[in-house]
Amino acid sequence: MLLITCPCCGVSGEETEFAPGGEAHLKRFGPGSEEGEFAGYLFYRKNPKGPHFERWRHAYGCGKWFHVARDTVTLEIFGAYKATETAPPQEILDRIAARGKA
Amino acid sequence: MQRYSAFAVAREALGYHQGWERAWGAPEPRAEYDVIVIGAGGHGLATAYYLAKNHGITNVAVLEKGWLGGGNTGRNTTIIRSNYLQEPSAAIYELSRGLYEDLSQKLNFNIMFSPRGVLMLCQTEHELRALRRTAHANRLAGIETEMVDVARVKKLCPIIETSGPRFPVLGGLWQPRGGTARHDAVAWGYARAASDLGVHVIQRCEVTGIDVSGGRVTGVQTSKGPIRARKVAMVVAGHSGVLAEMAGFRLPVESVALQALVSEPIKPCMDIVVMANTVHGYMSQSDKGEMVIGGGADGFNNYTQRGSFHHIEETVRALKETFPMISRLKMLRQWGGIVDMTGDRSPIISKTPVEGIFINCGWGTGGFKAIPGSGWATAAMIANGGDRVADPFSLDRFREGRMIDESVAAAVAH
Ligand SMILES: Cc1cc2nc3c(=O)[nH]c(=O)nc-3n(C[C@H](O)[C@H](O)[C@H](O)COP(=O)(O)OP(=O)(O)OC[C@H]3O[C@@H](n4cnc5c(N)ncnc54)[C@H](O)[C@@H]3O)c2cc1C
Ligand SMILES: [Zn+2]
Repeated sequence: MLLITCPCCGVSGEETEFAPGGEAHLKRFGPGSEEGEFAGYLFYRKNPKGPHFERWRHAYGCGKWFHVARDTVTLEIFGAYKATETAPPQEILDRIAARGKA
Repeated sequence: MQRYSAFAVAREALGYHQGWERAWGAPEPRAEYDVIVIGAGGHGLATAYYLAKNHGITNVAVLEKGWLGGGNTGRNTTIIRSNYLQEPSAAIYELSRGLYEDLSQKLNFNIMFSPRGVLMLCQTEHELRALRRTAHANRLAGIETEMVDVARVKKLCPIIETSGPRFPVLGGLWQPRGGTARHDAVAWGYARAASDLGVHVIQRCEVTGIDVSGGRVTGVQTSKGPIRARKVAMVVAGHSGVLAEMAGFRLPVESVALQALVSEPIKPCMDIVVMANTVHGYMSQSDKGEMVIGGGADGFNNYTQRGSFHHIEETVRALKETFPMISRLKMLRQWGGIVDMTGDRSPIISKTPVEGIFINCGWGTGGFKAIPGSGWATAAMIANGGDRVADPFSLDRFREGRMIDESVAAAVAH
């Protein structure tokens, strides 16, 4: 069971309180884009075995979207950060590096 | 290969069963093969077997990091059916179901195919309409299915509660020649038959790198050293993304955990497979008497072979409404597998951006039923460069918008 702390309202809860939303920091490609860019944006994913940056929504709480850094093998959560961030904060990257995982 | 038969059992009994030979070899890898198949799940083993059997390509190795059949092939709930909506799916799943019919004889290995019938329940008006459409599509594709009414549902499976209150049964889609098979036996049967044709099935041999030179594959790095090959097939289900990364490309695939559970064994109480897609659960009874229950998949990327606990609760809670008699059953075991999900819920059987690398993946929650047909088509693609059944499932479709949308047929994990 994942335990997540919402960076918006500060409430911690089990994963049942949150809804997963897939890979974070995707660059959106809109009308006029190349076919390959569209396919990449819509379907191609990193799907890493290890640290993953992903979107979650505090579905049964404040309702806000935010980001989580989580290991897909150990299920360890390295931290959560706001949806307005376009890249993971250094502090979370440091925590991941400290685990020996780039 | 020593053939299995009633006669052989009698003959070996005379020698106190000391004379049985090993079912498949345990060779050390050669320096080079014509084709390397990565992953000894059902799809990898079937691919190797049909390469040898249908195309005479026998200098083939199947490399498996663990033990054969230890991935999803040995973890699934064994439902076999072909009542899919789209034409390319109908073609491959029905080819597969048909091959299952006499696979025990062909492989000389009892895979316990049991065409007991698969019933998909309609528990909402929407589902009733959707499955009617599927029934029509099946008829056009020449697949034997029919819509049945509530009375027939009750007759096919008396333990179903049809009158609700939350999930009344409005009818069902019935495929009489769908059913189940013994999952391990499918892996073992293909391994034994492939091994007999000269294929090397090499267990505990993890692929750790892919050698690419000038956009072309030249071999693989493994825990047993480097092995050369000009054709490499990646057939590793949930680990497809990891293997693709080794070769320097990405896939439209995400890995999630799907889980299942079985109850304590009870007296025979249902002799068909029932899928209740609205409540997201399905059930069949094994020969041992255990109720085999398939649950939901987690919504997040996951490489742990276990799922979230709350999914078990949701599955069981929902199934209990449709099968009230299971309410006091004790559950014996629960497990998970890493399934490889694509955006349109259809598999990928394709060439890749690296010349010489082929991929078979994306079977997600429903690839056990497809093992024979997928192996057949993948072998043809590797041998001939293309195949009528395999071609629609190419990677290009995500760029071309040529989706094979099976999200309705695959509404529930199976
Ligand atoms: C709980 C559950 C229930 C399911 N129920 C059904 C069902 O009822 N009906 C149905 O049709 N389908 C079902 N499925 C789906 C089905 O199990 C899969 O689609 C199918 O088994 C995939 O087979 P495969 O051969 O592609 O993969 P796998 O059997 O997973 O084999 C892949 C192999 O690759 C190996 N591998 C990975 N990485 C490496 C590496 N680096 N080097 C060497 N080897 C490697 C793995 O160890 C593994 O043995 C279910 C799945 C699950 C998890
Ligand atoms: Zn919140």
